[in-house]
Amino acid sequence: MAIQVKEREHQDVETEQLMSGCEAIAEAIRLADVDVMAAYPIRPYDGVMQAAAKLIANGKMDVEYIVADGEHSQFEIVKHACAVGSRVFVGSSGVGWFYAFEAIAVTAGLRLPVVAICGNRALDDPGAFGTEHNDSLAVRDLGWLLPWAETAQEAMDLALMAWRVGEDKRVSLPVAIGLDGAFLTHSQQIVRIPTQAAVNTFLPRFDLGDRLLHPDNPITIAPQVDQDWLMEIRMQNDQAMRKAHDVVSEAHADFKKLFGRGGDSPFLDEYMTDDAEYVVFGQGTLALPMKVAIRRLRKEGHKVGLVRLKWFRPFPTQEIVKSLSRFKAVGIIDRDYSFGSPHYGGVLYNEVRSALYSQEKRPTIVGFIAGLGGREIEQPMATEIFEKTKAAASDIKSGDTCHWIGVRS
Amino acid sequence: MNDPKETSITVEVVYRGIFQKTLAQRICRSIVLAARKRGHTGTAFARYGDSPERNGVPAKQFAVVAINDLELEASMAKYEPAVVDVSIAVDDTLVKGVESWAWYGRQPIWKPVKKDGFLLVTSDNSPADVLAQTDEAERPYTLVTVPGGASFAGLWVFKDDHTDYRVLGALARIEPEWVRLDDVKALIKEQTKDESAVQSAQYGYDAAKLRAVKAGEGTSGHEKLQFTKPGWTTMRPGIVVDARKPGERNPQYKKYTARTLRPVVNFDTCIKCTMCWLDCPDECFEVTPEGHYEVVYQACIGCGICAQVCPVKDCIVMVDELRFEDNEDKWQFWKKDHDGYNKWFEAKSGVSADPKVRTPAARQEGAGNANPAANPTSASGGDD
Repeated sequence: MAIQVKEREHQDVETEQLMSGCEAIAEAIRLADVDVMAAYPIRPYDGVMQAAAKLIANGKMDVEYIVADGEHSQFEIVKHACAVGSRVFVGSSGVGWFYAFEAIAVTAGLRLPVVAICGNRALDDPGAFGTEHNDSLAVRDLGWLLPWAETAQEAMDLALMAWRVGEDKRVSLPVAIGLDGAFLTHSQQIVRIPTQAAVNTFLPRFDLGDRLLHPDNPITIAPQVDQDWLMEIRMQNDQAMRKAHDVVSEAHADFKKLFGRGGDSPFLDEYMTDDAEYVVFGQGTLALPMKVAIRRLRKEGHKVGLVRLKWFRPFPTQEIVKSLSRFKAVGIIDRDYSFGSPHYGGVLYNEVRSALYSQEKRPTIVGFIAGLGGREIEQPMATEIFEKTKAAASDIKSGDTCHWIGVRS
Repeated sequence: MNDPKETSITVEVVYRGIFQKTLAQRICRSIVLAARKRGHTGTAFARYGDSPERNGVPAKQFAVVAINDLELEASMAKYEPAVVDVSIAVDDTLVKGVESWAWYGRQPIWKPVKKDGFLLVTSDNSPADVLAQTDEAERPYTLVTVPGGASFAGLWVFKDDHTDYRVLGALARIEPEWVRLDDVKALIKEQTKDESAVQSAQYGYDAAKLRAVKAGEGTSGHEKLQFTKPGWTTMRPGIVVDARKPGERNPQYKKYTARTLRPVVNFDTCIKCTMCWLDCPDECFEVTPEGHYEVVYQACIGCGICAQVCPVKDCIVMVDELRFEDNEDKWQFWKKDHDGYNKWFEAKSGVSADPKVRTPAARQEGAGNANPAANPTSASGGDD
């Protein structure tokens, strides 16, 4: 359902603010007119909690703000609120996210479009607040849509997209936006705030239709089904996830038309790839140091580039195949790790390799584990990543290795 | 001793959920262990989807015995056996049909029994009475009755009433190639050190009555309940199913196959106190225009709570379910014909409809399985 608007008609009245990724999310909660949000503190997610509370206290936002007794309750609260027709927001980080895991799993099973952020954080123990993507990625098989933001602006934009896509009847699935702890959640950047009118145009009212839990619409949700029904239910969820791909594209096109942002592709953000021979591939804020490195290396004559993944679920297989098969070698940077996985690699590394398996023309895919626990990816590390990627190009088998970058021996 | 002609045998035990779970388990395990004594191998298991069991709702457990491990595997390739050699019902009212889940429909008790197989029923009723309540046979089988009422030996604390031993004895009579009486007796002796338990197996063997049933024999009077499971394209998304509107009953799931006893109401003595209506856990009672409470038999599971809470003696009487042919509401009958209804009430319950007449002896005689131990709510082991 493409939106009928004049291009960028609202942009001249947009305002600018200096705000963190968490504050940008809170602003999106206000703009989306969220009905119910549930909160429980854990950093870095709790920046959203504080920013939203401030908006409410200052009379700028009207939302039922429920502080739960823990993350499990927090996610259950919004799940139930969503079932009775509320637009909802929730979020957590790291082990808090894991404490809510049961509720997270059933929310996808129930096809309830809860919108969450996962302020990406290493999984304790040992205590570490810095970013690592294993918290979000743990739900990758459950039926949540998983976009990842690079900037505060993109965090806000993806949040608005999240309600639009998740609540679309063709999809009706929960969305968890990945926000890198510290680099994004707690760093302030200039953010353009769209007008309420523009957001209202982009984001229709939430309507669960005949799935609304209401006394006038007697339904039972989630009875015991046993083996007699479960495969059909899984199949329905699979279809919803498949449809999500096109719904994301559609929402992206409308968003771009209305707000003029979002890049060429809804799924991939490509940087200096037109003539590139070697690229790196990753998601989230690691794009920044890699872009700086690319500019530096290009001055030295290296044809290097970056492909940043914006939606991990649904995994944009075709787009990735089309993009990456142009290059001689691709270095996949995982800010996560999958212990004991094929080639002892990261999650992205193995998914991308799987996507390319049947392609006749495929680049060497080499893995990098970097930036775990919020460690910075500094310029010498970025250089090393590109050098190792280039070195791997000559032999596809040399990609069967994942290099740990910036680890003390 | 003959060797089996077949390579394996499958036995199912159909039982009342929760109340007879341990009983069914003991029977299935003992079948395998007795067969093991003569060198066979086997497995015993419950239908996983029946759990969590619900009070009285028909459930199944299985025993598969084979001549060797390979044959056992072959017979287990289908986890829930679609065809069984013997179906054992440990409550004769189960012959009125089995409805385990809404989408299973009401299935005839003999549904998985192979041609010329056996339906073994514990019953104090005659084979003719049992057959009269069993669905019309699609293929010939042998009905075997072994003496005994519905055993509610309990789940948590098993109060053994020897039903398992009698059943095993009867099984040895009909499937001697697989389960020999001597092996059954030896097993029971080992397990119980109780000679009377061994004698119960012998009694089951001797007292079992066999009645050949031809295709077409049985009743066509039971309601047909069938259900087609929809596919993923036709199911509602989000694991949503229609709920019932207030006052509406589930047209797909009737629950009456859970019943061993049914409450019969003497409307003349009813004081309209609302207790049955209030306490019924399944909201079975409907208020009549005159303020009486009538049982909706489609929905009643026969738990007996109404009869327990009713303050008027013999106003609600629990009666053997096998004595009833239909699930019609009875208030209309009473409304049209008080005397006719009261005669019917007396015939079924063995209790006088006239409150001035007390007939405790007649009640005991007439009420078949209606002994206190057979009351599911009091026999579930809570007071042990």
